[in-house]
Amino acid sequence: MYKILKKEVLSPTLKLFEIDAPKVAKKCQAGQFIILRIDEKGERIPLTIADFDRERGTITLIFAEVGKTTQQLGQMEAGDALLDFVGPLGRPSEIEKYGRVVCIGAGVGIAPVFPITRALKEAGNEVIGIAGARNEELLFWTDEFRAQCDEFHICTDDGSAGEKGFVSNILKKIIEEKGQVDYVIAIGPIPAMKVCAELTKPYGIKTFVSLNSIMVDGTGMCGACRVTVGDETKFACVDGPEFDGHLVDFNEQMRRAQIFKDEEQRALAAGSCGGGGCGCH
Amino acid sequence: MSLNNSPIKNDMPCQDPKVRAKNFEEVALGYTVEQALDEANRCLGCKKEPCRQGCPVQVPIPQFIAKIQESDFAGAIATIKEKNALPAVCGRVCPQEAQCEKYCVRAKKGDPVGIGRLERFVADLERSQGVNPVECAPPTGKKVAVVGSGPAGLTVAADCAQAGHDVTIFEALHVPGGVLMYGIPEFRLPKAIVQAEIENLKKIGVKVEVDAVIGAIDTVDELLENEGFDAVFIGTGAGLPYFLGIPGENLNGVYSANEFLTRTNLMKAYLFPEYDTPIKVGKKVAVLGGGNVAMDCARTALRLGAEEVHIVYRRSMEELPARVEEVHHAEEEGVIFDILTNPTEIIGNDQNWVTGMTCLKFELGEPDESGRRKPVAIEGSDFHMPMDTVVVAIGQGPNPLVPRTTKGLDTNRKGNIVASEETGATSKPSVYAGGDVVTGAATVIKAMGAGRVSATSICELLKK
Repeated sequence: MYKILKKEVLSPTLKLFEIDAPKVAKKCQAGQFIILRIDEKGERIPLTIADFDRERGTITLIFAEVGKTTQQLGQMEAGDALLDFVGPLGRPSEIEKYGRVVCIGAGVGIAPVFPITRALKEAGNEVIGIAGARNEELLFWTDEFRAQCDEFHICTDDGSAGEKGFVSNILKKIIEEKGQVDYVIAIGPIPAMKVCAELTKPYGIKTFVSLNSIMVDGTGMCGACRVTVGDETKFACVDGPEFDGHLVDFNEQMRRAQIFKDEEQRALAAGSCGGGGCGCH
Repeated sequence: MSLNNSPIKNDMPCQDPKVRAKNFEEVALGYTVEQALDEANRCLGCKKEPCRQGCPVQVPIPQFIAKIQESDFAGAIATIKEKNALPAVCGRVCPQEAQCEKYCVRAKKGDPVGIGRLERFVADLERSQGVNPVECAPPTGKKVAVVGSGPAGLTVAADCAQAGHDVTIFEALHVPGGVLMYGIPEFRLPKAIVQAEIENLKKIGVKVEVDAVIGAIDTVDELLENEGFDAVFIGTGAGLPYFLGIPGENLNGVYSANEFLTRTNLMKAYLFPEYDTPIKVGKKVAVLGGGNVAMDCARTALRLGAEEVHIVYRRSMEELPARVEEVHHAEEEGVIFDILTNPTEIIGNDQNWVTGMTCLKFELGEPDESGRRKPVAIEGSDFHMPMDTVVVAIGQGPNPLVPRTTKGLDTNRKGNIVASEETGATSKPSVYAGGDVVTGAATVIKAMGAGRVSATSICELLKK
């Protein structure tokens, strides 16, 4: 069992957990993910690592409550334990001294881009950070994120915090103003990553994105996380989760994310009257 | 005993095909005591033991059957267990017709003795009465790490624990058993049986660490250098699905056999939404491939509610690599066999969902390097096959995680670990490997045979 040591409610649908998982914490690197399972009947879900503390042996996760499992997870408290916690999985981010880098976290993507930003800063890059969300309530970790950056921007779709607009608007401005950007990492909803990658392509700026595909085992066994990269099929779990944003078929990824949409609705419906998350029992 | 001269093997009692095609309960129900005795009495007890030569782990077959003839069922299972740690599993999933039973003298005039069915009978009887742990040698103080808990790993663990070594199994998934848990369906191999076998290993001191991906938490090198293991066995199986490489394979509704079976077996998606893992199966399902895994997928699809399930295979019925019994069961349950057929493209709608396949018809030409007649496409034979779901069951390659993270471990062109057939030794000292990760996808019993070979080598090494 893997104990939840700390819980923070970042917004009503956005939660932070610190999990006691010393073996994972000892080995994990920026860009990797874990797979967890809440209980005996639970599904295995991948979550990208938001932070880790090797000395305390903890992994920090931040998740948005979007489906049955993440809702159930959101109701757990410090002191509760997860049945399964596997990792670190996937390839770590390629951390190098690129020069000037832009690190973009959109929505819950702010969490996984944080340790990558820190690693890029430690590698001696000039780091420009962009944090974006739909509204102020869904923004988090802006101070922590800012502390890793030489320059930092905030934006919201509705203008309730920072600039009004999308992360891609700010990215565009940065590229135009600075002239030279050497590396971009963008993590967030697929449409946001797609727009960022399309934006940097004409400039030839190396741009990586991190995919959170549907997975079962997370070790290369099931192939559910297939993604077309260039003219090849890759597995996000063992070949990724980061890929060259200029080569990823984002449209395919968007459609593949919908595979179990109907079932997800059914699970939520069953949960709300089956003694699950709704509290009606 | 009095010899039973019947040329016919005692039939295996089975669930009715129409009923079982809608449930996940075991298809074959097992012999009664009377049937087992009657079948055992067909054995001639040949001095030359031809059957035994066909068994990858050399189970003393005539001896265990002789015990059944004497109604000494405890003696029979003890005799099997001298050589086979997983008799309840092997009695169910071994391809006996290509191994022990193939060499049975009775097969010259009629059916061979039902060796697998008898093995299963005594194993099940023992389990129902409570299993006595096997005796182990006194502790040696040596530590053995087993990476992967499929049939190869479980065999190594059993043999090494019996030799007195301190054994830890590392399993990447959340339950041990490997392909016995995620791959082979409940209706062919009940999961409770696999777990009972693993409990028996725990009783003799084998430790099992689940959620432990070697290569991610500890590497093989770290197991040897930091964790104090004296030897490592790698039995990580064939856990990387192959696809055909035709257009449309990433459409929604196309599964690898691994995904389809893992969702259903390991994650119990057939009980969704009671269990959280979903699976989606359309009305018309095509399973590409002709092996046991393909049969498992086809029969699983029926049980998940598909109305029409097709096996699409490019050779003919004679070349199907699946066991005869599995093909027979699939046919009985209503699986349609589209042989000499292969897709060239999977077609989808604007929402990315599968709607069908373009297929070509084939005919058999000259034998190819595998000795089977090579399927040759018939020009202009392309036709459309409407489908909602496609399961690709054309084989699996070795999982790359351990080879990728282990220095000095040689692999071949396909990524399989190179290991000696005689000893299981790899290019790396104190590291052994066996099963599908070495041979490519094969059978449970072959993996167990390879496990036995490696365990013997490990025990030799640790004597020094």
